[in-house]
Amino acid sequence: MRAVVVGAGPAGIRAVERLVAAGLRPVWIEEAPDAGGRVFQKPPPGFARSARELYGADHARASALHAAHAALREHTDWRPGTLVWNIRPGPCLLDLQGPDGSHQSLGYDRIILCTGAMDRVVPIPGWTQPGVTALGAAQIALKTQGLALGSRVALCGTGPLLLLLAWQLTKAGAPPALVLESADWRSMLRPGLAWNIPAALRGLGWMAGLRRAGVAVHRGGAPLSVAPGCEALVWRDRRGNTHRTAVDAVALGWGLKPETQLADLAGASFAFDALQRLWLPARDKAGRSSVQGVYLAGDGASIGGSVVAEWAGARAALALLEDGGMRPDPLESITLDRALAREARFRRALEAAFPYPHALAAGMEDATLLCRCEAITAGELRRSAAPELNRGKALTRVGMGRCQGRLCGPPAAEVLAAAMGCDIAEIGRLRGQMPVKPVVLR
Amino acid sequence: MRADVIVLGGGGAGCSAALHLARRGAAVVLLERGLVGSQASGVNHGGVRQQGRHPAEIPLAIRSRALWSRMEALCGSNAEFDPCGHLKLARSAGEEADLLRWNEMAAGYGLKTTMLGGNAIRGKHPYFSEKIVAGSLLAEDGSANPRLLAPALARAAREAGAILLEQHEVTALQAGFRVEAAGRVFEAPMLLNCAGFWGGKIAEIFGEPVPVYPLNPNMVVTEPLPFFCPHNLGVVGGDVYIRQIARGNVILGGGRGESDPAIPMSRPLPEPAFAAMARAAEIIPHLADAMIIRSWTGIDGGMPDALPVLGHSRTTEGLIHAFGFSGHGFMLGPAVGEILSELVLDGRSDVPLEAFDIGRFAGHTALEADVWKTRLE
Amino acid sequence: MTPLRLLDQNRPMLAFSLDGEAAQARAGDTLLTAILAFGAGHIRQSEFGDGPRAGFCWMGACQDCFVLVEGMGARRACATLVTPGMVVRRR
Repeated sequence: MRAVVVGAGPAGIRAVERLVAAGLRPVWIEEAPDAGGRVFQKPPPGFARSARELYGADHARASALHAAHAALREHTDWRPGTLVWNIRPGPCLLDLQGPDGSHQSLGYDRIILCTGAMDRVVPIPGWTQPGVTALGAAQIALKTQGLALGSRVALCGTGPLLLLLAWQLTKAGAPPALVLESADWRSMLRPGLAWNIPAALRGLGWMAGLRRAGVAVHRGGAPLSVAPGCEALVWRDRRGNTHRTAVDAVALGWGLKPETQLADLAGASFAFDALQRLWLPARDKAGRSSVQGVYLAGDGASIGGSVVAEWAGARAALALLEDGGMRPDPLESITLDRALAREARFRRALEAAFPYPHALAAGMEDATLLCRCEAITAGELRRSAAPELNRGKALTRVGMGRCQGRLCGPPAAEVLAAAMGCDIAEIGRLRGQMPVKPVVLR
Repeated sequence: MRADVIVLGGGGAGCSAALHLARRGAAVVLLERGLVGSQASGVNHGGVRQQGRHPAEIPLAIRSRALWSRMEALCGSNAEFDPCGHLKLARSAGEEADLLRWNEMAAGYGLKTTMLGGNAIRGKHPYFSEKIVAGSLLAEDGSANPRLLAPALARAAREAGAILLEQHEVTALQAGFRVEAAGRVFEAPMLLNCAGFWGGKIAEIFGEPVPVYPLNPNMVVTEPLPFFCPHNLGVVGGDVYIRQIARGNVILGGGRGESDPAIPMSRPLPEPAFAAMARAAEIIPHLADAMIIRSWTGIDGGMPDALPVLGHSRTTEGLIHAFGFSGHGFMLGPAVGEILSELVLDGRSDVPLEAFDIGRFAGHTALEADVWKTRLE
Repeated sequence: MTPLRLLDQNRPMLAFSLDGEAAQARAGDTLLTAILAFGAGHIRQSEFGDGPRAGFCWMGACQDCFVLVEGMGARRACATLVTPGMVVRRR
């Protein structure tokens, strides 16, 4: 059985672990030069910080995952630096581009997609300028390059990453100039969050540290525009008052969105998840997609965090083995199913506590560059009066650029749905075709 | 609901027919299974060209080209029409001879082409390789944005009083005519079959099946590149076609994607994309390094002789067919709609349509040799 | 945009070329880091008139940080490590 795993983050590593334990030698494809995914991304060779310094409270898990990958790779057909830019579900073929740019097609019998996630943003005027990045970019810069994006960074968004990053930057000697958390206290006081005491305590620890360092955290706050040259951020506090703060960098991120392009090309059916406010590929609880032989695990299928990703990767591999007639231990599947169900409750509470500020997106100014690849404004999309998002794309070019709607997709849906007076789910999702990322066809 | 005319299919031809009929006072209902312009007329290369066509299509293409000049007046949008010229390239002496032969024939229809030799072409267009031995420019040809055409015609048709119903897939169809779609019944004495590939199914229902096949033009597009390419480019044989839009993206087509019309689903394929890219790089070397960012295809209706089915039904009074444009119907859509309105309201049209008669398939006559090399495009 | 070299910067210096001019970076820098930390300010110019860009996501998703590397063609600056003598041009 030709098994393929795409992705070597937490989900992919644990998936491969189960497959190898069952005697398979999967093809293991990872776009980055090394394993770890995003949360546990390793800096390039030459960096000296320890796992504890890089990954904090998660360092033990990070080290365990890295060690697992190191032990597993020789038991797989390990393909780092390799992009899967197309999947053809009919003939079960992948189209790959290797690190040297060469192309090949690879057949598969069963495939587990662990493609991870990226930041979800709300475009604001001035957001395309140098100095403005995604929130995750600020963490990647710190973790893998030892950089602060500026000496007066404004962090804007929602979720645990916001405070964690603010705290990490403060400890490193570059406290942010401003932290805007769009969620207010009310949405965060949820019984579900109390489930995860360690996480809650960590959050309180970061807040205390930030307060000691004099870093202002404004809840219910939202960025409004970035001044020319990224010299200032105009923002709104929870009472609606406008402020202008001098900055030299701005990082924007309201949660994550799964990278579902390969699942889409594989023919998986999607459903709108009202809580995450995203279109997600449909899965059974083990990770089987609607397409036979295609399994989905980790943040690339639904945002769940790295702990869930490890369990989901393992569970999807067990499903693959079950379906392949290899009879894995049912007790392990049951244990994982229980852990995933338990964690799902916490995840739902987290999602509800730090929602995507869809009203902020829907109401963005007409002149905002909604689609940064093609420089198309929100006003142009509104004026298209398109009944659904792909028609809006066809008429205005929103989503036609290099990123193929990765950044603009969710905010474009909010803008168009609001303009057309219809429900967010009715406006649909951007459909893509190969290649999932730009490639030279040579 | 009763009307004077029911139009099946909301592509360029169907929406144009609805518009022209409504403007002349006819009560029109158009039924489209999805959104207007979803298939052939929305997903093609965007060529607006008379050059390179089978002689039987030339009068229709000339009428179409004239209409494109007044498209803005017709429907409020010119669909980004740019008369940038169509430059058809020869990569061998044999291909150059093909160009000369076509140009001589076309001159008889009043089409003005300009031949350029290899050195002259490279002098004007330094991005071409030595592979180009000659080219023929039809200066008044050009390109437009296929995604904009049908929606613009549809909007104008509605404003003129036509009823255009999207998400209305036909579920039952009878002579007379009686059409069921989305749980509603529509009746009219005239029916226009503008249903693209699915026009074949409609023809079959009325006892005149034709060998239409799904034709999926495989298209890819590059990231925005510095502007270098002023004309819409084609080659003899049609195995690759290239144009660069003002924003810089280079659109490349060639070969066929795959589809399942029953769903309907269509998907571009890597192998024809690689092949088209290779042929493009042969004639424009710097394209070899261009990043492809997007691909698309759709379902057009292909006929074995690459000529459409256009004209009255042979079996059923009141039924007129307009489908099977075989990969080169985008430019013709607006004029086809106008001609259909003439057939309905005047009983005739100036444009000769005999070559497009559906009856040519009834006798299963042997396929004519493709001397004009129009079947690959 | 000029990021701050804050942590873990004790790495060997190396020379590379940016738009024909001499530049310096540290081994382990990505091109995105190298170009911006050097003080060059931006990674590319938007084709559509909205001015300079400097990437956005730092993880290979936004496709907004392509530069030209001699011998390699167009590369995402965030996903390409700088090497000694690398010849880089911005677009």
